[in-house]
Amino acid sequence: MENIIQSIKNLSIGFKSKKGDEISILRNVTTNIKKGETVGIVGESGSGKSTLALAMMGYVKQGLYTIKGECLYKSSNLLKMKSRDLEKIRGRKIAMIPQNAGQSLTPNLKIGYQIDEALSLHTSLNKTERNNKISELLNKVRLPSPDTMAFRYPHELSGGQQQRVAVAMALAGRPDLLLLDEPTTGLDVTTQAHVLELLRSIAKDTETSMVYVSHDLGAIAQVSDRIIVMYAGEIVLEGPARSILKNPIHPYTFGLLKSIPKLSLAGLPGSMPGSQPQPGSIGIGCSFYDRCSIAEEKCKKNSPNLEYVSELKTNVRCFNYKNLEKFNYKISSSNQKINVKKEINQILNLTDVSISYAKQKLLDQIFNKISDTNPTVKDINIEVKKGETIALVGESGSGKSTILKSIAGLLRTKDGKIKFKNDRELSSNLKNRDSNDLRAIQLIFQNPDESLNPNHTVEQILSQPLKLYFGLNGEKLRKNIIELLQKVRLGEFYMTRYPRQLSGGEKQRVAVARAFAAKPDIILCDEVTSALDVSVQAAVLNLLQNLKEDLGTTYIFVSHDLAVVRAISDRVAVLYQGRLCEIGPSKNVYQFPSHPYTEVLLGAVLEPDPDIKPKLVAEDIVEEKPPEKGCSFQGRCPKILGDQCKNETPPWQIGDNGNAIRCHIPLKDLKKQQLS
Amino acid sequence: MLFLIIKRIFLGFITLFIVSLITFVGTEILPGDACTTYLEREAYGAALEACYKRLGLDIPAYERYISWAHNVVQGDFGYSLSGQMPINEVLGPRIKNSMVLASAAIIIGIPLALILGIITALWRDKLPDITISTITIFAMTIPEFISATLLILIVAIWLQWLPGIVIVPTDVTFFELLPNIILPVIAIAMIMTAHMARMVRSSVIQVMASDYIQMAILKGVPYWKMVFKHVLPNALLPAINVVALTIAWLLGGVVVTEVVFNYPGLGRLVIESISNRDLPTVQALAIILASIYVSINLIADLMTFMLNPRLKSLQIRK
Repeated sequence: MENIIQSIKNLSIGFKSKKGDEISILRNVTTNIKKGETVGIVGESGSGKSTLALAMMGYVKQGLYTIKGECLYKSSNLLKMKSRDLEKIRGRKIAMIPQNAGQSLTPNLKIGYQIDEALSLHTSLNKTERNNKISELLNKVRLPSPDTMAFRYPHELSGGQQQRVAVAMALAGRPDLLLLDEPTTGLDVTTQAHVLELLRSIAKDTETSMVYVSHDLGAIAQVSDRIIVMYAGEIVLEGPARSILKNPIHPYTFGLLKSIPKLSLAGLPGSMPGSQPQPGSIGIGCSFYDRCSIAEEKCKKNSPNLEYVSELKTNVRCFNYKNLEKFNYKISSSNQKINVKKEINQILNLTDVSISYAKQKLLDQIFNKISDTNPTVKDINIEVKKGETIALVGESGSGKSTILKSIAGLLRTKDGKIKFKNDRELSSNLKNRDSNDLRAIQLIFQNPDESLNPNHTVEQILSQPLKLYFGLNGEKLRKNIIELLQKVRLGEFYMTRYPRQLSGGEKQRVAVARAFAAKPDIILCDEVTSALDVSVQAAVLNLLQNLKEDLGTTYIFVSHDLAVVRAISDRVAVLYQGRLCEIGPSKNVYQFPSHPYTEVLLGAVLEPDPDIKPKLVAEDIVEEKPPEKGCSFQGRCPKILGDQCKNETPPWQIGDNGNAIRCHIPLKDLKKQQLS
Repeated sequence: MLFLIIKRIFLGFITLFIVSLITFVGTEILPGDACTTYLEREAYGAALEACYKRLGLDIPAYERYISWAHNVVQGDFGYSLSGQMPINEVLGPRIKNSMVLASAAIIIGIPLALILGIITALWRDKLPDITISTITIFAMTIPEFISATLLILIVAIWLQWLPGIVIVPTDVTFFELLPNIILPVIAIAMIMTAHMARMVRSSVIQVMASDYIQMAILKGVPYWKMVFKHVLPNALLPAINVVALTIAWLLGGVVVTEVVFNYPGLGRLVIESISNRDLPTVQALAIILASIYVSINLIADLMTFMLNPRLKSLQIRK
């Protein structure tokens, strides 16, 4: 028992509702963290995983309080400790790496100061020793030029760099236990893979214990020795990472794993019905009862206890887990195949489109033109066929959303033509489009919290496009709204609800319904699932696919998640710094030969499988501007040839699979290098 | 940086020009003028003509504006129509008096507001907050003419500690003025402090709820160090602009308070010269008040700019 760092016993944390009832967010959590071990805590939003992580530091958010139980660090209960004593443990014994480093670094203090603060609080080093230590720490987290980095402010760093600073700050006190709260969520795929790699090597070198909290099983799989799965404030499954990921014997974990889209599999992931119960609405039975496919009568009345399964070394909270194993045929086979419909009709055509964010000079404003030799987005040629789903993929700054905005008419193009249906040119200025064109192209945004008016009911939200484009009113309008809600699998009673009364998935369904209300030809989807939990994401992807099959809509789907793109799209276009790198049918883009950038992206994808490790082929440097000439990827390309790549724009090469790659390296050589 | 200052000063001059134009046109299109007000019922025939000639009102309006603007640029605001003396001489002591009043209110009010705002935020929903917040909300809601009148009633009439109204010549020395300004300063500071304390409170609370404060707590930073290093610099940045507006409002003369206490400041001069149709004085006042607002806002923006590292490096990168 001596190598246990922290033990949590019967911990329940909750709040008092307005009626005075005690509502638990965490329910009876018991677990131990051992020395040198990395524990992954996984669960969807609202499962209580962050509350648990904060409790491990003796921190309970405002409004919440400890109902019962304790959090022991070296036999002292952190939750009952005085704040003066806690200050000596926080940062020194237990350190936190926050979710959003950008918002967690104090904006008016320099990086060096913030690390120095941790050092002066938790070590006995003098000023010069501390300065050396700062450089050493910045070096350790692999930040470029550690000496000048210390004098920079948080906002001057990229997201990945900020996260590294947070890691350096946490390491400053040489803690026994590191708590990581979604440390890579919100970072680009390549950056995420690099930060995870860094964390893993730090854990190995320093023998620090880590608690890694995330909703992303892919990331958890990469770092954890042991995994705890949380659902509605309870631990439902706990055991060694490998057995959890390979043999998920709890029906929730099984469903969760199934709903994650995977690179190796085409087709949509299976979705779980329903959503997690709200705290306070959990009855006497099993909290997963409503969504469970193997539930029986007894699950409704009794709440199962954690049961130890010795052959898997796993604790499971389910009466019926033995029955699940019958369902537990290969996870892959439940994935649906998309039947790709071949449509020849072209619906949208982008020719040589360039878009510039540069501020217009006075003279250009007068003559109403945009002069910028190095625009943000350049030379985009994409042909979209009716009824297909084309995906635009790339990291942040790749111009994918910019292109979407221009198609929607929200952003003026600098050059090039956007042609819609029968080669008719669409004005890039929204004011010059007629109402029929406006109707034909609809947008669905990333965050439904921000795209739905919080003061409108669902009925008002859906009636707007119907009134605007079709002049419906009265009974007819109502009938149409109900029909739309049925299409997105929401009941009639949702009409009177406000967005705040809906869950994240329900909100996004309303947003989908609003887009479909206009009976559009093309729907532009801007990262529509990235704000959603995985099980909800699977449901929304399935919904989009079904609607498309029924109504023959065309999707232009923007995403940074290659696995999601793989699941839903027919064709993929890979973008870097606003320039196309590769375009082709999705199954071919995911096969070699690939553009070196596609290879980098594919290598960085995290799969929920401990046997598949990401391949980090290029540094995750952030480039602020595309290069003036030559290949757009020259700054980061691991295969760069030399002057040719720096000076000449690479040619399009058509591979035998039908995908086009823009690279100087002959496809034969690319393929040979990539397969070896 | 320098470019920014030059640009802002240039824009400030344009604002002043527009202000002068608006006041000129405004007083011009209103019925009546200085002569009709001065002559009252005799305002007809030869007397009116003579008055017009004497005051230079017989030349066309635009010519009057141009010659006036020409003089202003050289620092001469011309003659007051009613008092028949150079406006510069009228304004001088008034500005001084207003400055004295404003400075006293600022010296007392701003630190007090900051302290009260920070206390209420740090002890949010506890006894100190509830007590102070109730008082500040109360102070905010009483109009100044009522609080001023009550102060006169209690302190000057019942207790007879201080003079109730200020009956001094406009050009008294500072020490003669001092006992006279105590009541007006209290009346002004009350409402100003209450407003600012509320603002500071909400700003501090907002920062306290941010991720980086949670992070600082989890890092083990001691409470007061956290407050002074992590909370206050970020919470007080947005307060700078509000403080600046308050100062500008004070310097511009607190009309109601000055009238209640009969205080010879800029605010009362505004009322007097408008009712006398004293166009040159009104013009001069408009220009002076506008320049106070413009320059104080400029100073506030520059301060925010200097103190906010985000804005600073943005500018450098450009």
